[in-house]
Amino acid sequence: MEENYKASPLKLYSYWMSSCSFRVRLALNLKGLDYEYIPLVEGQQYTPEFMKLNPISYVPVLVDGELVIADSLAIILYLNEKYPHQHPLLPTDLHKKAINYQAASIVHSSIQPHQNQARYIEKEFGPDQKLPWLRYHIGKGFAALEKLLKDYAGRYATGDEVHLADIFLAPQLYAATKRFNIDMQDQFPLLSRLDEAYSQLPAFQVAIPEKQPDAPSSRTS
Amino acid sequence: MGEPQSNCPLKLYSYWRSSCSCRVRIALNLKGLDYEYIPINVVKGEQFSPEFRKLNPIGYVPALVDGDVVISDSFAILLYLDEKYPQRPLLPTDIRKKAINYQAANIVSSSIQPLQNMTILKYIEEKVSPDEKLPWVQCHIGKGFESLEKLLQDYAGRYATGDDVFLADLFLAPQIFTAKGFNVDMNQFPLLSRLDEAYSQLPAFHDAMPEKQPDAPSSSTS
Repeated sequence: MEENYKASPLKLYSYWMSSCSFRVRLALNLKGLDYEYIPLVEGQQYTPEFMKLNPISYVPVLVDGELVIADSLAIILYLNEKYPHQHPLLPTDLHKKAINYQAASIVHSSIQPHQNQARYIEKEFGPDQKLPWLRYHIGKGFAALEKLLKDYAGRYATGDEVHLADIFLAPQLYAATKRFNIDMQDQFPLLSRLDEAYSQLPAFQVAIPEKQPDAPSSRTS
Repeated sequence: MGEPQSNCPLKLYSYWRSSCSCRVRIALNLKGLDYEYIPINVVKGEQFSPEFRKLNPIGYVPALVDGDVVISDSFAILLYLDEKYPQRPLLPTDIRKKAINYQAANIVSSSIQPLQNMTILKYIEEKVSPDEKLPWVQCHIGKGFESLEKLLQDYAGRYATGDDVFLADLFLAPQIFTAKGFNVDMNQFPLLSRLDEAYSQLPAFHDAMPEKQPDAPSSSTS
């Protein structure tokens, strides 16, 4: 929700296609928080100005008044604590909370970092290596998520409310289906069902890459 | 702490050299929690056994069993432990410092550690050559460490985010240990070097280090 610049204390540095930025956009939308969308142009993440905000030069970065935080999980947990009443992003049950952290970490540490390496793999080993690399790492993570969540899923990943696991899953599933054409239905029936459920959520619909101010008007990927 | 006690409700599936397992070992020590140490030899592929896959479908250590509760992934385990056993909190109360702890922990867990794990290194070794493994790892560790130096310079005290040990320290200590094993020149990283020295003085960290674990070889080769 890219609203009035002067009123919003929250600023989000984002890139339309970045699934890490997508997670934070989703969280902000779920909580009904207005924010200023500051798009990063390719290459801009290495400028001194941006590296002051995030020394590892990744999006997303959240600026909340004087406070600057980077890393999607850090940002989302911060938002959840600072704005606890609007749509809590974690269940109160401790075990379910832990499962949310675990599912988020599978995406955050076991899938997305390897997905990020795909460009390097293509450059070093050739374009025909990129898709096997992606399929392997995404497939491994998705297989684990299918097993992990089967005892917990309801309408969403860990029950009938949207929680942290969903915030991490939704963009990852979107990337897998829309960007990398991973076949979901046969191999990953639970994740397919969740993907469909997410697509119905207004908070998700507004957060998708194509709807962002910096998305090209005609998608080429 | 780390003894074979089958009556212990807390069981930790761990590998001596796993930096992710080390994070949890430190936390358990800090909180004074006894646990049964169950070794999983990842070099021999024990993480792929059906029994272990039931505990952690992605097949990584560590995994924690607490009575009926089973959790994997070090970040999830640490936050679970911190809520269930609030003695010796792993996070500061200040929301800003808490966020920096999460950020630093995630630089390690998403931008460094996944790029040095066995699968990746095997891929590099097979596709390029064994000689390429070390430069690859050193590059990614170096990039992550540079950003941690910058991130923490405004927050560090005796430890990463002040004068108490918090979550960031639990991620940093094992990663620095691993970096030294890969011959990363720590002189480039004065703050992290200072933190490493500080951690070495703490029994909770010292006892969690790889060579102190029950499954460490009797003569360490690292």
